[in-house]
Amino acid sequence: MGLEAKLTQDGFITTTIDSVIAWARKSSVWPMPMGISCCAIEMIAAADPKYDIARFGSEVMRFTPRQCDLMIVAGTVTYKMAQVVRRIYDQMPDPKWVIAMGACTSSGGMYRSYNVVQGIDQFLPVDVYTAGCPPRPENLLNALMTIQEKIGKTKARDYQNRSLKELELSQI
Amino acid sequence: MNLKELITDKVKKKFGAALEEVSDFRDDLCLTIKNDQIVQLAKFLKEDPELEFVMLKDVTAIDWATRKKRFTAVYHVYSFKLNYTLRIKANIDDDPPVIESVTPVWRSADWYERETWDMYGIKFINHPDLRRMYMPEGFEHHPLRKDFPVLGIPGSLPLPHKAE
Ligand code: SF4
Repeated sequence: MGLEAKLTQDGFITTTIDSVIAWARKSSVWPMPMGISCCAIEMIAAADPKYDIARFGSEVMRFTPRQCDLMIVAGTVTYKMAQVVRRIYDQMPDPKWVIAMGACTSSGGMYRSYNVVQGIDQFLPVDVYTAGCPPRPENLLNALMTIQEKIGKTKARDYQNRSLKELELSQI
Repeated sequence: MNLKELITDKVKKKFGAALEEVSDFRDDLCLTIKNDQIVQLAKFLKEDPELEFVMLKDVTAIDWATRKKRFTAVYHVYSFKLNYTLRIKANIDDDPPVIESVTPVWRSADWYERETWDMYGIKFINHPDLRRMYMPEGFEHHPLRKDFPVLGIPGSLPLPHKAE
């Protein structure tokens, strides 16, 4: 943003609250690493110094859903696991986003069989699908940037007064 | 006397006609026993001082789909004393497929038999805890049976409904 230069000149900036909030949100997306099989290895690689997801403000992989706003579903989701994934998703506070990482989560991938959910979009609202088996870390970073772009366009009030009717309180 | 003859002779002498078939395919000795004798055979193989098949390596099954005795239970046992792996088979009628559990002889049969129950629907009598191994409780089918479609039966496994 070139903030520093601005601040040394005038000492203040004019902007809208919406864009400040969107900027803050998109620059600190905390992922929930839902690593359930091989794709998780590439997700971990994206966090290492070579690919360094910290450049995008997302280095804080939180293992508690209460502190996350992005769920990276990395791995094969079976019907049995789907219940768990959904329960964790439900525990994440709004606003929240989902990356379907890899062929398995996007479409069932090579597991065209009875026990694997053929695409997690059957039970989760997916924002970005990532191709590959597994996708390279660059690909995941690209997905993250796409999400950031999406967040940048949101308004703060988009997430206010959202009805809770869909939420199954018993599940939380 | 060679190892295979020793095992076959001993089992033959003890079980006689209950030993239905002895096959030796690609150097793998395989004994087929009448299914009501499986526990006795297991005990014999484990406790005979010359054999000592103390380790059960695997329990699985075969679904022949069209054969009259539709299922075959398969056991792999190992003897440290002889350094030898033996295969045991028992043919099982369909409707309903039942066979006695070998858990009293080999404790390791517990989870193997649960898996075989889960995948093939073979009931193991006297099993201490015959629950499903992989599929969720409440699932009604047995996926490795030949009449089970590979993509599953729609609606048989519940999904959470879609979040907004
Ligand atoms: S998409 Fe490929 S790498 Fe990723 S979880 Fe599925 S099988 Fe593993």
